[in-house]
Amino acid sequence: MAENILEMHTITKEFPGVKALDNVTFQVEKGEIHCLVGENGAGKSTLMKVLSGVYPYGEYDGDIVLNGKVQQFNTINDSENAGIAIIYQELALFPDLPVYENIYIGNEVKNKGIINWNQTIIKSIDMLKKVNLKVKPETLIKDLGVGKQQLVEIAKALSKNVQLLILDEPTAALNEDDSENLLNLIKALKTQGITCIMITHKLKEVVTIADKATVIRDGQTICTLDAKKGEVNERTIIKNMVGRELNDIYPKRPEKKIGETVLELQDWSAYDQQLGRHVVKKADISLRKGEIIGLAGLMGSGRTELALSMFGNPKNYKIKGTLLLNNKATHFKHTSDAIKEGLAYVTEDRKGKGLFLTQNITTNITAANLNGISSNGILNMNEEVTVAERYKDSINIKSSSINQLVGKLSGGNQQKVSISKWLFVSPDILILDEPTRGIDVGAKFEIYTVMNELISRGMSIIMISSELGEVLGMSDRIYVMAEGEIKGEITSDEADQEKIMELATQ
Amino acid sequence: MRIVNEAKALIKENIRDYGMFIALFVIMITFNVLTNGMFMSSRNISNLLDSAGYIAVLAVGMTLVIVIRHIDLSVGYIAGFLGAVAAILLMQQGWSVFLVIPVILLLGMVIGLFNGLLIAQLGIPAFVATLAGMLIFRGALLQVTAGTGTIIVQNTFFNAIGNGFIPSVMEINSLHLTTLLIGLITILFFVYGEIKTRIDRIKYTFEVVSVPIFVLKLVFISFIIGYITYILAGYNGFSWTVIIVLVVTMIYHFITSKTVLGRQIYAVGSNPEAAHLSGINVKKVTYMVMGSMSMLAALSGIMYTARLQSATTTAGMLFELDAIAAAYVGGVSSAGGVGKVTGAIIGAIVMASLTNGMNLMGVGISYQYMIRGGVLAGAVIFDVITRKRGK
Repeated sequence: MAENILEMHTITKEFPGVKALDNVTFQVEKGEIHCLVGENGAGKSTLMKVLSGVYPYGEYDGDIVLNGKVQQFNTINDSENAGIAIIYQELALFPDLPVYENIYIGNEVKNKGIINWNQTIIKSIDMLKKVNLKVKPETLIKDLGVGKQQLVEIAKALSKNVQLLILDEPTAALNEDDSENLLNLIKALKTQGITCIMITHKLKEVVTIADKATVIRDGQTICTLDAKKGEVNERTIIKNMVGRELNDIYPKRPEKKIGETVLELQDWSAYDQQLGRHVVKKADISLRKGEIIGLAGLMGSGRTELALSMFGNPKNYKIKGTLLLNNKATHFKHTSDAIKEGLAYVTEDRKGKGLFLTQNITTNITAANLNGISSNGILNMNEEVTVAERYKDSINIKSSSINQLVGKLSGGNQQKVSISKWLFVSPDILILDEPTRGIDVGAKFEIYTVMNELISRGMSIIMISSELGEVLGMSDRIYVMAEGEIKGEITSDEADQEKIMELATQ
Repeated sequence: MRIVNEAKALIKENIRDYGMFIALFVIMITFNVLTNGMFMSSRNISNLLDSAGYIAVLAVGMTLVIVIRHIDLSVGYIAGFLGAVAAILLMQQGWSVFLVIPVILLLGMVIGLFNGLLIAQLGIPAFVATLAGMLIFRGALLQVTAGTGTIIVQNTFFNAIGNGFIPSVMEINSLHLTTLLIGLITILFFVYGEIKTRIDRIKYTFEVVSVPIFVLKLVFISFIIGYITYILAGYNGFSWTVIIVLVVTMIYHFITSKTVLGRQIYAVGSNPEAAHLSGINVKKVTYMVMGSMSMLAALSGIMYTARLQSATTTAGMLFELDAIAAAYVGGVSSAGGVGKVTGAIIGAIVMASLTNGMNLMGVGISYQYMIRGGVLAGAVIFDVITRKRGK
C-alpha cells in the first residue's frame, strides 16, 4: 500500500447552531487524483477550508496529518508553506495585471526586497510551459478566457512547489474543450508526482479521472470508492450522495386545484455579458395556476440566473426567446414591469439583495409596493403600520415590534420579512429562490405552510432549491437544471432523489 | 419616577436623533456664557442664521446625495457661476427678477440632470464626475466675470433675498409683529399636528408616549420656537433668508418622510440591488437627487449674490465642503440610507455657530479651522460609535 500524503482524522467543525462537519475522516494517497463529491452544503468546501487553514487550528476538532506529521495551520500561508494549494471556483486573479505578476504575486522573485522583473518573466515562462499554456507572460489576465485563467491559477500553485493541489469545481465555468484540457493537465501533473483533490459536481469527470472518490453527505464521510476495484461509477456515487433520510416534515397539501398555464418560457437563453458566456441555454418551462414547480440543480446550474432573466432582467443579460404570460408574449424592461404584471422574486441572498438592513420591518415590507400605501405619491403611514402588523401576525415574524431594524432579526425572521415584502405585492407568480436556506426547522415548516396557503388561493410558485427533500416534498413538477440547461422534467409521482441527482450531475 | 424613566428610555433609543440638538444646545449656551450674552442677542442670532442660509440649503441637497451613496463636489462653483449669471441677467440684460430666479433654478436643475446622466447612465463615480464639474464651473465663473470683475447688483428686491426682512405691520413694545404672528402660527400648527398624529395613532391602536411626556415635548419645542421668534422679533424679525431655508426644509422634510419618492431615495441608499429587485428605478432616483442638488446650488448662488449684493470672481469657493461637513455633522451616514434633512439644517447651524461664536470671542482663524475640523471628526466618530452600539 502506498503511503498517504494526507490523512484527516475525525474532523468536526461547528458553526453557531450547525454541525458542518461531523467526525469526517479523509485519506489521500500520494500521487493519486482524489475526487470529493456531495450535494450542496454537504461539507466539501468546509473540509477544504479546514485543510487550507482558512479555519485556523483550534476552530475545529481532529487532526490533519500531512506526510506523517500533524499540522497546525493558522493561516493560508501556513498551508501553502506545507505544500498545499487550493484553487477556488471564483478565481483569485487580478484582471488588470499581466500573467507573470499574477503567477508570482505574494511570492515575488526578489533580491533584498527589490523585485527582479526579468527573472520573474523568465521563471513564469517555465511555469506556463508546465501547464501547457501558450500565451505571452505579459498578457493581461482580463484578456484571457476563463479556461486559460484557470491554467494561470494552476501555474501559480506550481510556482510554490505544491505537493497537494486542491481544485474546487474547476470545470464549472468551462466549456467542454477547456474542461478536457484541464483534466488532461491534471493527469499530466499526476505523472510529475503532484497529488490532486478535486471537488466536482460532474460525475462523468469523476468517472474518467478519479483514482478514488470520497462521498460526503450532511457533514459526514459516507464512503471512499476505489477505481481499481471498479467502484467509481455514476450509479454508486449517486446512491451514496443522496441516501439521506428525509427527516423534514412537510405540511399536507390542500386539495390541488391546478388550472391554466400562466407562465411559459420558450427557447429562453440568457447571455451574461460580464462573464462572457450563456448562463441559461434554450430553456423551456411552463407554470400553471395553483402549481408549485421545483427548480432543482446544483449550485451554478443557472437557476437563479433563469429567475432573474424572467424577472425584468436586472443583470442586463442578452436574452433570446419568448416569455408568455397568460399566453401573451411579454417583455419586461425593468423589474417594476415584472412586478406590475404579477411576478415576485424572493432572492436567495436576502442580506445582500433582498433586505434593507438599516431600515425597520415596516419599511422593508412595503418597499416593493409603495403605491399600495400611498395616494398621489404621498404615503399613508398609519395604513403602512397596519399592513406591517398584519404580516407580522399572519406570517409570524418574531420581533419586539415592527420598528425593529431588520438587520437585527434572526435568519428565519429576515426571510419572513423578505417573503412578506413580496406577498404585499399580491403577485400571481411567486419565485422563491432557496426559500429555507440557513433557517431553522420550525421556521422552515412555517414557510412551507404559507406556500400551501398561497397556492390554494390560486397563486403559482416557482421554487428554486438545492434541498432535494424540499423539492420532492413540495413540488407538483420538477425541472432539473445543469450548466444552464433544463436537463429534464419529472412529475412529483415519479421523482426521487436519484433521478434528480442523475440529471443534475450530467 | 415613571416619567423620568420613560424620558431616559426615549433619549437612549433616539440618541442619534437628539444628539445634535443637544450638541447645538451646548454650543449655544457655552458661547453665550463666554461672550457675556452677546452670542444670544437678537442681532447676532439674526446675523448667524442669515450667514448659515446659503450653506444650509446646499446641506439639505447634499444629505440626499450622500444618502444615495454619492457625493457632489460641483455645487460650490455651480452656486458661484449661476449667482454670477443671475447678476448678469439682472444688471446687464435687464431681465426682471421674477424671470431671473426661475430661469436660474431651472439652469441649476439641468446641470444636475447632466451630473445624473454621467453618474447613473454612464456609471462614472460621482466623485470624479462632480470634480470635473467643479473645475468646469470655476472656469465658467471666471469667464463670465472676466470682462467686468465683480458685478454689483442694484436691485433692491433681489438683494432683499440675502439682506431683507419680512415687512412688519406694526411693532408692539419694539417687537416685530409679523414675526411674532408667524411664530405663533407655527407653534399652533405644530401643536395641532402633534395632537392629530397622536389621535390617529390611538385610533389605529398604536403605541404612544404617556401624556406627561407628550405634554412636556409639546411645551419644550413650543418654547424653543417661541424663544427664537422672540429673539428675532427683537431685531428686524424673520429675514427672507430664514423664510427660504424654512420653506426648503419643510418641502424636503415632507418629500423624504411622507412620499413614495422619499422612500425610494432611502431604499436606494440602503441597498441599491435590493431596491432594483423591488422594482425601484435606481437611475431615476439618482437623476432626481442630483437634479435637486444642483437646483439647490442655484438657489444658494442666488442667496449668496443677494447677500453680497454682488457677484464676485471667487463666489462659491469651498461651499461644497461646508455643505458636506454640515450634512455629516447633521447625522448623515456615508454607508448610505441614513440621514435626515432636518439634521442637515442643524448641522449647518452648528458649523455657523462655531464660526460666529469664535469670531465674537476673537479666536484666530487658524484655531477656528482646527476646532471646526475637530467638531466634524467628532460628529462622525459619534455616528460610527452609536451605530456600532446599536448592533
